[in-house]
Amino acid sequence: MSVHTLTVDGVEVAVPEGASLLDAVRAAGVELPTLCHLDGLSPVGACRLCLVEMESSGHLQPACATAAGEGMAVLTQTPQLQHYRRMAVELFFAEGNHVCAFCVANGNCELQDVAVAVGMDHSRFPYQYPNRRVDASHPQFAIDHHRCILCTRCVRVCDEIEGAHVWDVANRGSECSIIAGLDQPWGEVQACTSCGKCVDVCPTGAIFRKDDTTGEKEANRERAGLLRSAREHHQWQNQ
Amino acid sequence: MAATPQLQLRCCAASGCRSAGSEALQAALLAARDQLGGAADAVTIKPVGCLRLCGRGPLVAVDRSGGDGQEPSAGSTELYAELTPEQAPALLAAATGLGEGPAAAQRLDPAHPFFALQKPVVLEGCGVVNPESIDDALAHGSYAQLKRVLLECSPEQVRDQVKRSGLRGRGGAGYPTGLKWDTVALQPPGPRYVVCNADEGDPGAFMDRSVLESDPHRLIEGMAIAAYAVGAEQGYVYVRAEYPLAIERLRLALRQARGKGLLGGGIAGSSFNLRLEVRVGAGAYVCGEETALLASIQGQRGTPRPRPPYPAQKGLWDAPTLINNVETLASIPVILREGGDWYASIGTEGSKGTKVFALSGAVANTGLVEVPMGTSLRTVVQTIGGGVPGAEGPDGGVKAVQTGGPSGGCIPAHLLDTPVDYESLKALGSMMGSGGLVVMGETTAMPEVARHFMRFSVNESCGKCVPCRAGTVQLLQLLDRFVERRATLADLERLEELCTMVGATSLCGLGQAAPNPVLSTLRYFRQEYQAACRDPDQCEPLDACLLQEVTR
Repeated sequence: MSVHTLTVDGVEVAVPEGASLLDAVRAAGVELPTLCHLDGLSPVGACRLCLVEMESSGHLQPACATAAGEGMAVLTQTPQLQHYRRMAVELFFAEGNHVCAFCVANGNCELQDVAVAVGMDHSRFPYQYPNRRVDASHPQFAIDHHRCILCTRCVRVCDEIEGAHVWDVANRGSECSIIAGLDQPWGEVQACTSCGKCVDVCPTGAIFRKDDTTGEKEANRERAGLLRSAREHHQWQNQ
Repeated sequence: MAATPQLQLRCCAASGCRSAGSEALQAALLAARDQLGGAADAVTIKPVGCLRLCGRGPLVAVDRSGGDGQEPSAGSTELYAELTPEQAPALLAAATGLGEGPAAAQRLDPAHPFFALQKPVVLEGCGVVNPESIDDALAHGSYAQLKRVLLECSPEQVRDQVKRSGLRGRGGAGYPTGLKWDTVALQPPGPRYVVCNADEGDPGAFMDRSVLESDPHRLIEGMAIAAYAVGAEQGYVYVRAEYPLAIERLRLALRQARGKGLLGGGIAGSSFNLRLEVRVGAGAYVCGEETALLASIQGQRGTPRPRPPYPAQKGLWDAPTLINNVETLASIPVILREGGDWYASIGTEGSKGTKVFALSGAVANTGLVEVPMGTSLRTVVQTIGGGVPGAEGPDGGVKAVQTGGPSGGCIPAHLLDTPVDYESLKALGSMMGSGGLVVMGETTAMPEVARHFMRFSVNESCGKCVPCRAGTVQLLQLLDRFVERRATLADLERLEELCTMVGATSLCGLGQAAPNPVLSTLRYFRQEYQAACRDPDQCEPLDACLLQEVTR
């Protein structure tokens, strides 16, 4: 197996071929905020929080969706990147209806964690208060679109790991929303296996178990990564 | 027997003139010809593609030959504009020399700069060939280069000519075409695809539509040559659904080409195979972005993905894929006929050849213009375009020219002497774009222009990445404040801050370029934004205002 050597914020790291820049950043011990990325799912590079600067060109690239290459030098914490990251988090908060105080995921929410990580205590952008829906038609789970950040983790886990492809994205731009089946109530989608993987991967309180109330959601975010490595390496946790 | 003088009437049958009634006009001309009796045989009436001056359609060109039996040539051509079906007999009478023609104002002067300063290269068959007849296209030399290349040239030799030509992508970004072809051709062995991007969505751009509607065989020939040069056996033309006539003519042309053995297996007796198919878009502007376009062809949601890997390495179904714009591919047959060096002799150091522009907005002569690269904007807008109707002054009443659509910017009148090439336009904060040139008169308010384009970007954002999905919405709301004159200086600061962030962090070119209309108007017309600001400190004190009211 060949190895690529590169530097992250001046620290030299070696990663196996095929690794992403995000793997390299983590190998260097640097914490980079992510929202759409989840180990085990294919990268989409949509949340723009893991953007890093290529030292050679000054270009910004999403670490999750860029392959690490020999001799690359990336910067992860320039003042400009930190500024952009904070603005991106503010945009996330302003475009949805995120009210932590009575959210099921309060205290266990990646959006909240990212806000803390980038030091966001308020949004400079006016809140949009979009008029969105709640779909509680599924017997065990519900989706509250007010809290959705369109990371598409649910879409990918259902398609790539569960193989049911219940979820998809409809419409464009700020009108985008996650839909079940052919834009049906979730409970009516026969393809859904009720496996709950979408609940586990959802970074916020958008998809949750109906049993959970304020602050009670506990998601198993490692589930997708464990399943994928189990399938690829034929190694299960209990072996 | 002495040959009778031949007459050929070329009726524009492209979308612009059709919307002005060219179909009825052509039917009336055919009926009027039948009334001529014996003289009717000497008159040919033929539908052709765009005759350029779209704003004054329907247009008809009348070609006469000297009577020695030669083909009607463009040498003695008259051009008539704004014809009605009722005028058909009069037009025929004038053409045959038997009577008074339509009003003199309808007769256009072929020596007018609008026609005289054009250099048709991509458009050389546009307005000349019948777009629905492959026999006519073949008679005008279509597919001659494809046949020659298949017989005489190796793929390397073809790519070499394209590299020598210095041709750069006409879709907007200006990537060197030869280099792109090499990148695809030199990938490891395996299947390859060639894709034509005909998803022309910029407001005010209709260059690609005109090529598709006027000379579809030129595009097919260019694509076939490109496929041969990179080793592809399957190709797609991705056309937006809003171009029904272009789709109809392209499909017809593909059927005709297959029928003649110019597409399919063993083309023109060689061992080269190529299947070409049309894929119709579904109304998403973002599908003009290459990775979104590929996703759409594959039947997926049309959203861009991060690059690298570029489509030249991993494109359709992960195979190396060549994506070129319509105008780029339509340039190929001429380049191979005249040679790469000939093409490189036109234009400027960094931008070779000609560029087709769609001239619209506040301009006297609206239409399709092909000029050598390096022609100044002033020549295009004032000399060719005729400036703003009814306006005077050194800049012809022009306030600004918008290039590049929602990804481009506004170039102010005082910079009209800028030569049109990729680098110059980029240096001004705009871009070449696909070729839409929208002229704006003195009465245009720049924050409103910026808001118009931002609204376009908001509506057309695919919603995948947050800077474009949520950032453009915030930008639009900020621009609302300027248009409604309720902004503050803090809004101005925020506007610039957010423009920079959206431009730097968006996933694809659309989001990255979405702030350009704002940034370029801020650069050249900042005072209009400042004038819209209400800074409490700069306002007159309330009692002073009241006092003025009282004393008035």
